[in-house]
Amino acid sequence: MTKVFKELGHFKIGIIFIVITVIGNVIASLALPNYLSTIINESIPNKDVLGIISIGGTMLIFVLIGAVCNIATGYFSSKVSMGLGKNMRSNVFRKIQYFSQTEFDQFSTSSLITRTNNDIIQVQNFINMLLRVSLMAPFMFVGGIIMALSKSATMSMILLISMPVMIVVVLLIGKFATPLSKKMQEKIDKINLVTREKLTGIRVARAFGTEDYETERFKEVNADFMKNSIKMNTLMGAMTPVLSLVLYATTVALLAFGGYQIVTTINGIMIGDVIAVIQYVMQIMMSVMLLSMIFVMYPRAAVSAARINEVMDTVEAIQEPAIPASIPQEKGVLEFKDVVFGFEGADHPVIKNISFTSNPGEITAIIGSTGCGKSVLINLIPRFYDVLSGEILLDGINIKNYKIEDLRKKIGYVPQKAFLFKGTISDNIQFGDENASEDRIEEAIRIAQSYDFVTAKEGGFEAPIAQGGSNVSGGQKQRLAIARAIVRKPEVYIFDDSFSALDFKTDAALRSALMKEAKEATVILVAQRVSTIMHANRILVMENGQCVGMGKHEDLLKTCDVYKEIVYSQLSKEEA
Amino acid sequence: MKKSKTLDFKVIFGRLFAFMKPYRKGLIVSIIFIVLASMFNSFAPFILGKATDAMIHLVVGGEPSSVGIKNFITILIVLSICYALYSVFKYFSTHIMVRVSQKTIYDIRNRVDDKLKKLPLNYFDTNTYGDILSRITNDVDTISNSLQQSLDQIVTSVTSLIFILIMMLAISPVLTLIGVITVPMALVISMKIAQKAQRFFKEQQDTLGDINGYVEEMYTGHNVISAFSKEEDVIQDFEVTNHELYQSGWKSQFLSSTLMPITQAMTNLGYVGVAVVSGILVISGKMTVGMIQSFIQYLRQFSQPINQTVQISNVLQSTAAAAARIFEFLDEKEEIAEANPSEFPEVVDGTVDFEHVKFGYLPYQTLMHDVSLHVEPGSKVAIVGPTGAGKTTLINLLLRFYDINDGSIRMNGVDVRKMKRAELREIFGMVLQDTWLFTGTIRENIRYGKLNATDEEVINAAKAAHADEFIRMLPGGYDMVLQEGATNIAQGERQLLTIARAILSDAPIMILDEATSSIDTRTEVLIQDAMATLMKGRTSFVIAHRLSTIRDADMIIYMQSGDIKETGTHESLLAANGLYAKLYNSQFAENNG
Repeated sequence: MTKVFKELGHFKIGIIFIVITVIGNVIASLALPNYLSTIINESIPNKDVLGIISIGGTMLIFVLIGAVCNIATGYFSSKVSMGLGKNMRSNVFRKIQYFSQTEFDQFSTSSLITRTNNDIIQVQNFINMLLRVSLMAPFMFVGGIIMALSKSATMSMILLISMPVMIVVVLLIGKFATPLSKKMQEKIDKINLVTREKLTGIRVARAFGTEDYETERFKEVNADFMKNSIKMNTLMGAMTPVLSLVLYATTVALLAFGGYQIVTTINGIMIGDVIAVIQYVMQIMMSVMLLSMIFVMYPRAAVSAARINEVMDTVEAIQEPAIPASIPQEKGVLEFKDVVFGFEGADHPVIKNISFTSNPGEITAIIGSTGCGKSVLINLIPRFYDVLSGEILLDGINIKNYKIEDLRKKIGYVPQKAFLFKGTISDNIQFGDENASEDRIEEAIRIAQSYDFVTAKEGGFEAPIAQGGSNVSGGQKQRLAIARAIVRKPEVYIFDDSFSALDFKTDAALRSALMKEAKEATVILVAQRVSTIMHANRILVMENGQCVGMGKHEDLLKTCDVYKEIVYSQLSKEEA
Repeated sequence: MKKSKTLDFKVIFGRLFAFMKPYRKGLIVSIIFIVLASMFNSFAPFILGKATDAMIHLVVGGEPSSVGIKNFITILIVLSICYALYSVFKYFSTHIMVRVSQKTIYDIRNRVDDKLKKLPLNYFDTNTYGDILSRITNDVDTISNSLQQSLDQIVTSVTSLIFILIMMLAISPVLTLIGVITVPMALVISMKIAQKAQRFFKEQQDTLGDINGYVEEMYTGHNVISAFSKEEDVIQDFEVTNHELYQSGWKSQFLSSTLMPITQAMTNLGYVGVAVVSGILVISGKMTVGMIQSFIQYLRQFSQPINQTVQISNVLQSTAAAAARIFEFLDEKEEIAEANPSEFPEVVDGTVDFEHVKFGYLPYQTLMHDVSLHVEPGSKVAIVGPTGAGKTTLINLLLRFYDINDGSIRMNGVDVRKMKRAELREIFGMVLQDTWLFTGTIRENIRYGKLNATDEEVINAAKAAHADEFIRMLPGGYDMVLQEGATNIAQGERQLLTIARAILSDAPIMILDEATSSIDTRTEVLIQDAMATLMKGRTSFVIAHRLSTIRDADMIIYMQSGDIKETGTHESLLAANGLYAKLYNSQFAENNG
């Protein structure tokens, strides 16, 4: 939260205005009882009607000042809190755009989304509340006490007892409410979790007839939430009666003490003063009650702020080189030299001593079991992750020495999960090369075996793609993602298991069309299906991060047991 | 689909209150307490004024007056009692109300949850999880937040307004007029502003929706953005929407923030008016100083409920909207009632018959025209065909997730529609491609197949599924708690757990949906072996992707556009040289080349 307050530093002027207007409002509010007491103490005993009217005029001015200040507070605090939210959102979004895969793994995508959306809104609302409402409390508190003292120092002695009592009550409630409020969040998350699971597992639950078990599971978390919620709300609900009791006890004490003074000193204190002091006490009390709203909001906002800071404080694992290398003339030679990679904090490296060279016009295929590191291996090429030791050279230069953008310009990457953006089909293809001509887009679409289904769509190339590409099938998505990579004419193609949703026929047709297109490019291809890779110039067989065989299909069948095992699990001996 | 476009407040709140019925005693007591509390609270300023007046009479002619003192003390005691009673009633009213409303919410949540199991599967296939989830969580939350506060506030506001008005009128009708004249003005202005704010508020909500959608999309496609170096473009687009959000955001915030100052200013105007007029009235002897004090207090108290009215009307609207969505959900059509009396086959050995089954997900769209099939006990049925051919549909019908339109499906001769759903489904065990596991221990997850299974049975099932070995290697073993989505174990391991679960269920018929990809070879072998164990001696229906499974099947069903086109063994179908043969050959032309 302190970070957020520092962030508020950018809004110094706005905050200064807020403080000024809040003070203005406090002064105006406190002035009214003061004038009232003058009317009672002076004008009434003197039967001075004109005096009363002129005091009334002065009071009107204060009412006006108060209203203007109050509205101005709302204006400035809206601008400041929304401005703060905007800045934070902007910073967080920018920061995350330059995150590498390492950071996405660390936080998880959904968590990053929540941090950018909900968490910032939480903080923004909290700040708004703080500026608009709670800031008033301390000023009202101090101002009220000063005014009370000026009216009657002796009577104000009572405040010395009741005010600390009030502060203690508020702090105590805050102390107990904070952890409860935190727990509320956890318990509601739990309810959401169980519900989500029920929805995704509905078929399983019905097939196994465990609906009643599921109901019990839900009831349990629901009851847990209810209990906590009752505790929390009872506590917060106690605030008003308890504070009121303190306030009213103070009032009675003030009256009694005032009466005592009148009796003992004979007219030592004016009635108007008693009335004014009682009103000050009430105003102070009101502002303290408003302050207490913060206790409900603070824990959630603090958690959110911490989650945002976590993002902002992350040091990206991938850094730009200090002096970027100039782009070499050579084209499409990719070399892995003794590459080792491990995730942070893991005991064992995921990739151990991989070396190979792939030249333009060649296909290098990587196969192996899940978790063997093949996907990670190719994700090292566009520097989604950085190698632990060893080096990867592209056209003779270590990829770490390229400007990241220059490096990635050379690469046509097709991710494991084909991802399309909202927009048209041609928007999505142009994502690969924004200057691509219509002809070039069509060419790419044809190579990716997408021409038929694209033209069959209403709007053709301009047919809309829904968010996440949810209006095209998995296979179509993969093909469009491939077209997007083709359109940039990259030096290095990377296919991360990008043919998995294609049927065998399309898979074959696409590969043969691609080979014609990619004559001068290096193709790196990860696949599960043997049929997809068996014609590659070089097959890298991986197991547990190690290369256990490299060569052509026929050779590996003879020399590499792991490869043989994979092949026979998919094809019969004759087919292989 | 939408039943009512305009929210019928009466009906909605009527139904909402119906949920409170079990707690009506508490509710009534709480409301009585609230009324009493506001009564005492409204009465107190009057006595306070009396106390002030009595103060003046403490000293008569420069001498303390014993009558005056006695009188003063009595009034103070009455005042104290009044305050104390207010606090006590206020405390207990909230105390009870919290319980009433939280229990009501608990019931609503359970009811919504309960509805989940009564809905036909169709509902889940045609509605997004996000939408259903938002009804169960967000909408119930909205009601929860407003129920207890609003109810309390409404009763307090209404009774306070009445009591205060009575007291004010009793003190001075003229002052009441002055004090209250500003109230309608404040209300009108507030309403006008609220209307205007509404426009910006909607704009803000819309932009917020845009920005949330944008963030979600861009984060999901992050590696693509990085790969194509589009970060700056994306940020530029984001900044534009972000700025729009700021503009509409601060405007709506500002406008709604003006409500309080305006009502406050109006009250203050009343305050000044009352101060001046009452001062003059006191001079002319028509009222006492104490009355001024009482009146000023009333004025302050009066503004509070007015302030809240605007707020509450907003809250009530969103509550009604949320409640309407929940009731809409609760009113969804449920599964067809169970057959009564129900039947159950005397012997269940896995004999399954489809007779002229006709089915469509939508009433006007028939998918399956005429499917007939006889499955012998213990046989392995492989279902193949292109996506959308109706493979999953066949499974949906077997388990009676959907009811057929015509024809019949029989288990050992008994029509599934004559059986109780739960009893029918007990015949089946299931392993699906998406390995559903819940957050709980591994033991609990396996036991899900048979809830009353002993620990030993669980372990035996795990052993049979080749899962025991890896489970023992995990921290905590069988008691390791799986995270959401079971992301703390590998995909293949998840698959093994679901197989163990199916083995434990020991059902006569197994339904298997083979995984297509992304499982390592070693685990793959284990899975295949475990699946084989699972199928041994049982009838099994397999949505097959592996050629090995297909070749071994006792019966292959080739499906296309909803219907069964060919049935037979691998050899017989190849020999027939039909659709299956074509599929088989096209897939392997490549591999043989």
